[in-house]
Amino acid sequence: MGQVEIAFEAPAVDWWVLTPQIILVGAALGLLLVASLAPRALPDWVSTIVSIATGAAAAIVAAVQWAAWDLAPRPTLNGAFVSDGFSLLLTVLVGAGVVMTALVAHSALDRYDMAPPEFAALLLASAAGAVVMAGANDLIVLFLGLESLSIALYVLIALAGRRASARESAMKYFVLGAFSSAFFLYGIALVYGSTGSTNLSGIGGFLFGSIRETDYLLLAGIALLLVGLGFKVAAVPFHFWAPDVYEGAPSPVTGYLASIAKAAGFAALARVLYVAVAEQSTAWAPILIGLAFATLAVGAVMAICQNDVKRMLAYSSISHAGFVLVGLSAVAGSGEAARWIVRVAGEESLILTTGATGAVSSAVFYLIAYSFMALGSFAVLSVLGSEQQSADASAGGADASPPHALSRYGGLARRRPVLALAFTVLLLAQAGVPLTAGFVAKFEVIRAAIDASGYVLAAVAMVTAVVSAFAYLRVVLAMYAPEDSADGDDSAPAARAGRPRWGGLPLTSVFAISLAVAVTVVVGVLPQTLLEWSRDAVLSIIL
Amino acid sequence: MSGLEVTTGWYLTLGAMLFLIGGTGLLVRRNPLIMLMCVELMLNGVNLSFIAFADRFGDVHGHTVVLFVLVVAAAEVVVGLGLVVAVLRASPRATADDLSALKG
Repeated sequence: MGQVEIAFEAPAVDWWVLTPQIILVGAALGLLLVASLAPRALPDWVSTIVSIATGAAAAIVAAVQWAAWDLAPRPTLNGAFVSDGFSLLLTVLVGAGVVMTALVAHSALDRYDMAPPEFAALLLASAAGAVVMAGANDLIVLFLGLESLSIALYVLIALAGRRASARESAMKYFVLGAFSSAFFLYGIALVYGSTGSTNLSGIGGFLFGSIRETDYLLLAGIALLLVGLGFKVAAVPFHFWAPDVYEGAPSPVTGYLASIAKAAGFAALARVLYVAVAEQSTAWAPILIGLAFATLAVGAVMAICQNDVKRMLAYSSISHAGFVLVGLSAVAGSGEAARWIVRVAGEESLILTTGATGAVSSAVFYLIAYSFMALGSFAVLSVLGSEQQSADASAGGADASPPHALSRYGGLARRRPVLALAFTVLLLAQAGVPLTAGFVAKFEVIRAAIDASGYVLAAVAMVTAVVSAFAYLRVVLAMYAPEDSADGDDSAPAARAGRPRWGGLPLTSVFAISLAVAVTVVVGVLPQTLLEWSRDAVLSIIL
Repeated sequence: MSGLEVTTGWYLTLGAMLFLIGGTGLLVRRNPLIMLMCVELMLNGVNLSFIAFADRFGDVHGHTVVLFVLVVAAAEVVVGLGLVVAVLRASPRATADDLSALKG
């Protein structure tokens, strides 16, 4: 074994850059500390308020940084972590996701026997992991972010462990998550072995200008990274865990899993592919296109076959992952490199080409639009789940059908007209109906694919969008169909004491659902601002 | 050590073998505790590869990575054991095949 020269020099830390993560982790640790020292002194609502305030604070800090730094990337910790437009935009998304999840969970925690402080602390810790993933410019930092996110999520699901389904869901998520992390890590090792660096910009600089088609160590490393992240974003054929985990997890956690965890995985994928190994796009783009084909097809076809609404939404989230992959893979076929050198004021710097920028920014836009739709849809499911549980309890547990069976959504429009309308908007948005965010998002990724001459992929994406629209319309039709049996009770279940309600619904969930619907409609009608933000975010990615 | 030099490739091969054994075991074995051990085996196979590469490059970075991975692996085992205990407490002698209520 050779001697290793060690000259340790502490890296400069830009604390201002790290503020969102510090806020999230600090609040999580503080909550845990108080909750364990004085368990009785903490009313339930304190935890919810703390998570909402912390999520909002992280998002606001990121928004202020976005405005104040004029999108100039700020690397820190020897370039291991970077704050650029891309990471800031996703930080805002993660903050919004935390706020909405905390709002929805507030009225559901009792039902799942989850302790509020633990739930809030784990939610904030996982959000910190997601934020780290969005800004990681080093594969090891990326791995640490991924693990903080995943490990917190395993426990978040297992918190509802009184239910057998939640135990099974947590165990499956854990085993497959650990399996995929090992693949991801092995990919890091091989890329490190091939390039001598784990820094994304370092790898990108080392590889710039060389295709290295026969560097099998590097290619195997890229493939393993794709497998690892493919598991995390539930791309087919690495999707087997997703429907089971989504179905067994508490609905508010499912919403978080389907939106924020997926967005963080895609952010990591985008950064690895476009910053570190952009020149190898001839190798990875075909794989990504293949994954996109499979993910779109399986997600759409399986979504139609489901008779359980929660499971249908799980498969639909797989098909949405396919659309994001369509966007990300759109670099290929254009025949140009993903990056080139420009000279600005005598200095050479790398920038993404127009095609690559369009590809990544369409994916970012899709992730943001989809996250709000997913959070809103699972919030509706959470509200309905608690209602159906109280209905079952008052009926003496006579109805043995699963809580989200499609048959139970029959006549919802008559019992809960406003809720059914909100759910309809969210489902139609997921189907890609015009004037909703879902339409603009699908339009943008398909346009990116066509710009990259991926006509077949674009056609398949459009066909599967139509196919999966059928799955959403089935739920909408069930809700608005006249009820034929007399088992629906008109009286809303008695309001639980101590929780403010609106028309019999928990007020916090109503607020979260309204937020999701508002974002979906406003972005659908006026998409220009968010489109520009996504573009600016991608243009400011540090290479 | 007569004439047989152990090069980096040997360590990499051993690391790859450990990774494959762990991965196969995770997919084949049904006892939750053994599955947990297989995850550890995979991670340690990766650790060995990191150290082998770091040694070849004479770069301290690969060695520090291993420390991070060890910490993460420890955190994963803590959570994993907690989950295994929760599952086994609910149904003693459960195997991974018994966790199949969710499907469709």
